[in-house]
Order: sequence, then C-alpha cells, then structure tokens
Amino acid sequence: MLNSADLDTLLLTFKVASLATTLMLLFGTPLAWWLTRTRCAWKGIINAIVALPLVLPPTVLGFYLLVLMGPAGIIGKITSWLGLGTLPFTFPGLIVASVLYSLPFVVQPLQAAFSMIGEQPLEAAATLRASPFDTFFNVVVPLAKPGFLTATILGFTHTVGEFGVVLMVGGNIPDQTRVVSVQIYNHVEALEYAQAHWLAGCLLLFSFSVLLLLYSSQKSQPIAHPLK
Amino acid sequence: MTAILARFQLDYGEFKLDVDLELPAAGITVFFGHSGSGKTTLLRCIAGLQQAAQGFLEINGSIWQDSGRGLFLPTHKRPLGYVFQEANLFPHLTVRDNLHFGLKRLKKKPDLTNLEQTVELLGIDHLLERLPERLSGGERQRVAIARALALNPEILLMDEPLASLDFKRKQEILPFLSRLHQQLDIPVLYVTHSQQEVAQLADTLVIMENGHILAAGPLSETQNRLEVALIQDRDATTVWQATVAEHEPEYHLTQVAFAGGFLSLPAMEAKIGTPLRVQIYARDVSIALEAPVATSILNVLPAIITDLADNQGGQSVVMLKVGSETLLAHITRKSALLLGLHTGMSVFAQIKGTSTLTHQ
Repeated sequence: MLNSADLDTLLLTFKVASLATTLMLLFGTPLAWWLTRTRCAWKGIINAIVALPLVLPPTVLGFYLLVLMGPAGIIGKITSWLGLGTLPFTFPGLIVASVLYSLPFVVQPLQAAFSMIGEQPLEAAATLRASPFDTFFNVVVPLAKPGFLTATILGFTHTVGEFGVVLMVGGNIPDQTRVVSVQIYNHVEALEYAQAHWLAGCLLLFSFSVLLLLYSSQKSQPIAHPLK
Repeated sequence: MTAILARFQLDYGEFKLDVDLELPAAGITVFFGHSGSGKTTLLRCIAGLQQAAQGFLEINGSIWQDSGRGLFLPTHKRPLGYVFQEANLFPHLTVRDNLHFGLKRLKKKPDLTNLEQTVELLGIDHLLERLPERLSGGERQRVAIARALALNPEILLMDEPLASLDFKRKQEILPFLSRLHQQLDIPVLYVTHSQQEVAQLADTLVIMENGHILAAGPLSETQNRLEVALIQDRDATTVWQATVAEHEPEYHLTQVAFAGGFLSLPAMEAKIGTPLRVQIYARDVSIALEAPVATSILNVLPAIITDLADNQGGQSVVMLKVGSETLLAHITRKSALLLGLHTGMSVFAQIKGTSTLTHQ
C-alpha cells in the first residue's frame, strides 16, 4: 500500500502540475495567439525555442536551467539580488523548470486551434462592433475550446510525467521537489518493488484515463470547419 | 446628395487599387467587375478590414480615414453593416445570439423593433434557436443580412452575398434584397459580378477593372456606354424601366410599356401600372435591315444605330436608340459587315424572348 511519504509525493505532484499548467495557460495563450497572428521576423526563432523541450533530452534542459538559476548564472544573480535566493532545489525552481519543459504541449495545440479559426470570424466580429480584445474572449476562446482542453490536459499530464528535469533542477527534497516519478525511482533504488508498483500503477491509471477522456471527447466533437 | 467620398491607393505589387469616387448617400450602388478587378478590395477598404496606404473616406460627413492626417477608424468603431460572401456566422452561437452579437455592443440602447422587422422581412423567425450548421446556405445568408441590418447601420456593405449560393438559393434571396431596396433608407454598397443582380438592384453602377474605376454613375447612364459594353462582352445588358400595360392570358403573355414602345413578356402576376425593370442581354438582340414579315420573334422594334465597335473576338457591339431608350446588340462582325451597319442607320432590333424581367 501507499505510505504517507508516497501520498505526500502524490500531493506535491498534483500541486506542481496544477500550478505549472495554470501558469502555462496564462503565458502560453497570449504567446500562442501572438505566434499565430504575427508576421514578425522573430516568429521562427521564438517558435523554435518554445518547441525545443520536445526534442531535447530533459537532462540537457535541466542542466542549463541548473547553471542559469545557480549562484553564478544570470537568473540566479537576479533572484539573489531580489532577495529570493537561488531557485535550484526549491519548489519555485521546480515550477519554473516545469513550465519551460511542458510549455510546447500547451502552446502548440493552442496555436493549431487558433489558426484553424482563420480570419473570417475575426472580421465578422469587427464589423459587429467587437474590439480585438472583446473578439478574443468572445469569439476566439469559445471557438478554440477543444484546443484549450487538449492544451490543459497535455500540459498537466506531461508535467506529472517529468523526471529528468526534476532530478537535475529539483533534486530529491521531500515536500519540496520530490514528485511521484522521483519517488518511484527512490523505491526502485531501494529495491522496494511493491511500493514502486503502487505508485507506478497510480500514474499509469491516471495518465491513461485522462488521455482516454481527451480523445473520446474529441471524437464526439469533431473539429469541423470553424465557420459555417 | 453626394455623401460618400472614397479615395484609395493601394499597391500589392501585381495588383494596384487606385480609385476616386463620389457616391450618393441613398439607394444601392453596385460595384461590378470581373474577379481581380478590385471591387472586393475596395469594399474592404471602406469597411476598414484592409488599410490602404493612401486613403480618404468620408461617409455622411464623418471621416473614417484620412491617411494625410494619420487617421484610421478601426472597423469596430465604424457604424456599418457588412455581409460577407460566406455568411460568416459564428458557429458556436445560435441564430438568435448571432443576431444579438452586434446589438449587445452598441453604445446606444438598441431599437429592437428594427431587428424584429428585419427578421420578419427575411423570413427567419422560425430559425432563431438553431445553430448555423443546421441552416441551409440560403438561410445562413439571410441570417447574415439580418445580423448586419439589426445594428441599424449608417451604411450597408455587401460583398457578393449571393455568389456562394446555387441558382435556386439565389432566387430565394433576390426578392428579399429587392424588398430591402424599397424599405431601406441607408446607402448600400453591393459587390457582384452578376448582371442579373446589377439589373435588379442597382441605382448607381460602378464598373471596375484592374483596380480602376471604368465608369460610375446612375445605372441608365453607366451601363449603356460602349466601352463598358465592350469590357462586359457577352454579359453586356441594358435595363429599361417599364410598367405593366396589358395582360394577354390567352397567350400567357404580358405587354409592358417603356419609353420606346411596348414589349411582350411572359405572363406575370402584376397589376396594370406596376413599375418594373426589364433586363435585356446584348447577346439576345439581333439586327434586321427591314421589318421582318415572318418571324417567330415577338419583340421587333424600330431603332437607330448610334454607335458601334468591334471587340477582340470577332464580335461587334452595336448601340441602338429605341424611342428614348438605349439598347445594346451583340452580333458577329461578319454580320455587321454584310449588313453594312453604320452610325445613323435605321434598323430593326429583334429581341429574343429570353429577356429577364424583374419586379421592383
């Protein structure tokens, strides 16, 4: 059975994933909208940077974050100067790393959903007195709802599943950075296979049911022409 | 009377728009031209959906764009109604919510009787609770027209509102547009490449080609110009104002009177004296030197040739005067030569029975 340390890691994982997903939606939505609409020359570079975590080994991303957020890194210097200390091996540091690591899983579905909407509804809204801001919240967001659902679920589950980045940036500190994936690793290292089974089973069940929910909801709501 | 001033210059490399227009503040102004002539771009510039680098636009005394002063009113601040080629309804909203989308955003408390009348006029009251995906193409376009009119706009812009519909749906909506024509007191700018819509709706006609204005003015003046007819080629038409004069039920025919005499048309249900428009395609008009004695064609009218010109494709456009009306004929160049047609000549114009007729 799960012991209290295991339950703590589950709770922490849930906390990290919820907070990171909220932040990703907050930053990712305007970023995805900008990337969809802009003709700026920087678009390609920004797109590539956002997508990097998709292809990089998590340890590489974790390594650079560790260096940048450490006492000698730029971010580390800034946070120290602000009196926040350094971020590696803390809960906030883990959140920052998680957001960067999972951001493409939020930005890309949103970008796809936004570009599916096309120019027409935006123009129709403009001719009906809706400002761009108004149009975004009352036309774009409702029409991109499937995209938001996909982004939220993928962002959340991907954060739950991270391991390499956590190990590099977060370490293995109980109640701070020890998430489920790390705890499973601990159990296996200690040859506590029964415990590892319980936690791994929980994660498997969770991820499968969430993805099942996502894909069955998409089936009943086909992404047809955004405009009829 | 002039209340719309529009000057735009826009350069997209291979396409240039360069127009300078004064239009009346009432009635329907139709922008006519082939695809790529710039008519839709012009309409989008007027709506502010596209911003011409050089532009000046004044509607009923308020200035919407003046590039000289760096002034450009964004679309959502312009008191206009816009109907797109595709109905462009919001798919996540019911018909009712689509209709109220703009109304909710008006600063003034909207007058809902206007909406009710429009909904009734366009015959969409039974569709209010439906989502756009459950409407036919014609129904969608009617909702789109109502949605634009509900705002009580100062000007209505329509970009080929019938182009995406099949013939049957077009016939379903044209009568509504005709009725709007009578009931609306705001100017309507209407883009089309259909002669039928020009004939049925236009008060003022603006003919565009390659981003330029070829001709602009009242329908009767504009479309009877020879260079216009040459450009329009097989689609060149004349529209006559006429009134119902007599019914001949035994032949299923109706006689109508126009400024140059009478025409026999297929029977219609309209009271004697009803005004209407008769559209005659130039390709349906042929020319005879003498009054044909034995012909199946009912409408043979004495006419005088006022002008003629050849086009590129071995065809001649002949401009005729019938009474005080102008008539265009499209014949082969060979016929024109064999008959020895020249300006000032008296001839007979034979109008085949295919002329379109529209109530107004």
